[in-house]
Amino acid sequence: MQVTALRFKRKAKQNLRNARLQSALSKIQVRFVQARADAIADLDDFEAVRQRATAIREGVLANLDAWLERFEQEATRRGAVVHWAETAADVNRIVIEIAQANQVKKAIKSKSMVSEECALNDALEAAGVQVVETDLGEYILQLAHEAPSHIVAPVLHKTKDEVSDLFAKKHDLPRKTGIAELCREARDILRPHFVSADMGISGGNFLIAETGSVLLVTNEGNGRMTTTLPRVHVAITGIEKVVPTLEDATTLVRILPRSATGQDITNYVSVLTGVKRADESDGPEQFHIILLDNGRSAMLGTELQSMLRCIRCGACMNHCPVYQSVGGHAYGWVYPGPMGSILTPLYAGLANTLPLPNASTLCGACAEVCPVSIPLPDLLRELRHRQSTQDLRPWRERLGLRVWMWLALRPLWFARATALASRVGHRLGGAKHRLRWLPGAGGWTHGRDLPAPAGKTFRALYRARKPR
Amino acid sequence: MRVGLFLTCLVDLMRPSIGFATLKLLETAACEVIVPEAQTCCGQPSYNAGDYAAARELAIKLALEFADCDYVVVPSGSCASMIRVHYPSLFTDDSEPARRVRALAARTYELTDFLVNVLKLQTVPGHYQGRLSYHDSCSGLRELGVKQQPRALLAMLPDVELKEMNQCETCCGFGGTFAVKFGDISTQMADNKCRNIHASGANAVVAGDLGCLLNIEGRLRRIGDAATRVLHIAEVLAGEQGEVPCK
Repeated sequence: MQVTALRFKRKAKQNLRNARLQSALSKIQVRFVQARADAIADLDDFEAVRQRATAIREGVLANLDAWLERFEQEATRRGAVVHWAETAADVNRIVIEIAQANQVKKAIKSKSMVSEECALNDALEAAGVQVVETDLGEYILQLAHEAPSHIVAPVLHKTKDEVSDLFAKKHDLPRKTGIAELCREARDILRPHFVSADMGISGGNFLIAETGSVLLVTNEGNGRMTTTLPRVHVAITGIEKVVPTLEDATTLVRILPRSATGQDITNYVSVLTGVKRADESDGPEQFHIILLDNGRSAMLGTELQSMLRCIRCGACMNHCPVYQSVGGHAYGWVYPGPMGSILTPLYAGLANTLPLPNASTLCGACAEVCPVSIPLPDLLRELRHRQSTQDLRPWRERLGLRVWMWLALRPLWFARATALASRVGHRLGGAKHRLRWLPGAGGWTHGRDLPAPAGKTFRALYRARKPR
Repeated sequence: MRVGLFLTCLVDLMRPSIGFATLKLLETAACEVIVPEAQTCCGQPSYNAGDYAAARELAIKLALEFADCDYVVVPSGSCASMIRVHYPSLFTDDSEPARRVRALAARTYELTDFLVNVLKLQTVPGHYQGRLSYHDSCSGLRELGVKQQPRALLAMLPDVELKEMNQCETCCGFGGTFAVKFGDISTQMADNKCRNIHASGANAVVAGDLGCLLNIEGRLRRIGDAATRVLHIAEVLAGEQGEVPCK
């Protein structure tokens, strides 16, 4: 997927004016923010679970190589094949090789953001393999030729009416309006694909080292069918998703759905271990697990390591007032919101993603809800620091800050400059004491007045008050 | 008790009345207040733009200016947090300036936090009559735990009716240079805040950070609301709303 983060501001502006999108985004508050708050309140001691979850994730990262080797051994021992992919292109190559070796004509997929990271669907289609998304949201997006705008609710940007129109057009059936009817229609279309597919492709929420299992949390049941019906199952996930034990995974599962959708637990929690054994009637004959690096290992040991704790719940974006305003597509790649503003620059390079780390007020709402305590504002600031040290900030900003710094270190000049600014600003403010326009601050005055300064600075007034 | 008042550059330049209100609150509580004349900016704009070296220079400057104070009080959550939370992260060594900055951080307080938790005030000098809604500014709330303090202080004013707004903890969209760099997004966030203020039934909004106040007031006035008052908590508590006591 092409990275278009440099167009963030333009996209954001369009999205702010898109009434349909704004109506879709307004549902975040009830569907996610309120739902999470209720679910957390019901948990006996959320803070303790969060601390435990954080410790589990951080503990893994301290010995990531060892845990991955353990995972590979255990998975291999149970008949799975573990593949290591350094880049997204490697993932696509490996999946295509597996497809070709097994004469795969059709692959069904359950939701996987890592496969979005690789643009796997395009690669498979180009290699002659038909791909059918079976997660309802992802299916809608496949029909609409659109990218996900949220990592948990990929079709969050669409309203029900848009889906009705889309189904009527693409399925060539009478237009339905009820959600249940729409779901039934999608189910009727998808069922034959489940049965006829040669390969199932899934993501993986956690990799369990002690058993070599892939754990999946899903809500629609399509994940179960994708991973068990076709003769070949390919699970694709990032190397950071490993946890030591089943016990650890259950701790994380206690907070993942609660943080994501406000559910105590998802409708399905699947622990996929090994291939179909001789005495079993169901399950894939082959189980391939592809573990993607794609820049992850380079974060180890750096100021950004804590980002690797991420369990992809989406709480940071749900609670981000910037994401709530502009939606996911503005961010220009697979991962939106605060976590995306950290991951995208690491993937695509600082210079290609300049707006992202700055597109935040650093309000901290994201870090407050992160179930694995990632200090997201600090990481965004760290990326700004990198932009600054690599001279990537725009010259006007750099000049402005340098002038400000020069003054701030010279109190006498600072006092003169602020006195002048206060006097001029006060006069420009007029009788209403506010400025409707200020050169160089159009970003502010376009939508807001600027209350005018008082005409004299505190320090001047204070000095006048105090007899010497 | 020697209390250093760090005004913040924004109060100094934009709204000195907040500085005088703060001064009055501290002096009424029998603090010996000193206002170092050489103080300028805490360095937050540079720090949040990623220029840590510049922020470090200003941290060292500020630590020297307030070296002889028992406490440093700031009428702003974000500037207080800059000093208290972020300054120490800029110094990892054990040099003399680093130690001085860490000592400064440890004795720096946001105004309402200081009034409630250090001075343990029971009364405040101001009087205010009306329905107020309190906006929780982000840094003070999430980095310093300023939540109950301003409410406890407002409760000391008998004629104040506190009308909590929905999403009082949601960012108003200021975010320093964010408000200029991403003006459209910032304006929408301010707009949401204005809507919640209006829905609260209050006729004044109060906060502890001038940045938020400028942003909220700017949007309120632009959408034609000239009536809702926009006040700093110090102004309400000291009873000096917008007045500057001298000429």
